[in-house]
Amino acid sequence: MAVAAVHTLASLTVGDEIATETYHLDRGNLVRYAGASGDFNAIHYRDDIATEVGLPGVLAHGMLTMGLSVQPVVDWIGDPGRVVDYQVKFTRPVVVDPKTGATVSVSAKVGAIDAEANTARIDLTVTYEEATVLGKAQVQLTFA
Amino acid sequence: MAVNPELTGRTFPPTAPYLVGREKIREFSRAVFATNPINLDPAAAQAAGYADVVAPPTFAVVIQEGTLAQLLAEPDSGIELTRVVHGSQQFSYSRPIVAGDELVAQLSVDSVKTLGANAMVTAVSTITDASGAHVVTATSMLVVGGDN
Repeated sequence: MAVAAVHTLASLTVGDEIATETYHLDRGNLVRYAGASGDFNAIHYRDDIATEVGLPGVLAHGMLTMGLSVQPVVDWIGDPGRVVDYQVKFTRPVVVDPKTGATVSVSAKVGAIDAEANTARIDLTVTYEEATVLGKAQVQLTFA
Repeated sequence: MAVNPELTGRTFPPTAPYLVGREKIREFSRAVFATNPINLDPAAAQAAGYADVVAPPTFAVVIQEGTLAQLLAEPDSGIELTRVVHGSQQFSYSRPIVAGDELVAQLSVDSVKTLGANAMVTAVSTITDASGAHVVTATSMLVVGGDN
């Protein structure tokens, strides 16, 4: 079974929204990410320690937010190996309430097209409580 | 204790080889909501031309982590973990990470910049495979808070 190339570079226009997705995080998701990544910083699971260091509450790992935010783009292109570069700035924390969790929304738009290199830059807007939590979140995809 | 500006340009010894396991990729994939069959199913990965399941784009942080531990353990770094905030992150791939890869990471400190009481440390971890070929470069900018 060959995986069909669903999207081509020629079919893209700068500004197109290619994907949107919403993710709900609860404390269990943070524990799961801690175990999978090896990042056991206690600010990601202990309210008392988060409060002690001056945080508004237990935070999602920045790398969890970064990790899930690229997934709508991966699903759109259909192959995680097409992501050749991915960068973000961490601008605001995602506070995960012990009872109600946190909802993170992702919108992915075509930011730039490089026909010569056969790549496209996808720009992500990632929001939590109506404010962006990542800055300059850019994914380079190869279409080669 | 302030961050030691002499860290700039310092290169650390390569980490011990990390063998990327198929179940580790599946575990990490579930943790970051990755549901693409190429992340999870060896047959789907092979049909797409890969030797085994492909790691999600941020999986390289697992290998990079060993190099950041070296930086924090450096006796003269002046970096205390409790004062560190992750400012930015970048992964630049030559090829995706696939189960079965044996990867080594080598850290160099690109720059230490002071901004008021804070220092911004740019740590570049170059990850290579068993043949020595480049796989991915993971770059972290760490904001280290100063004494209050």
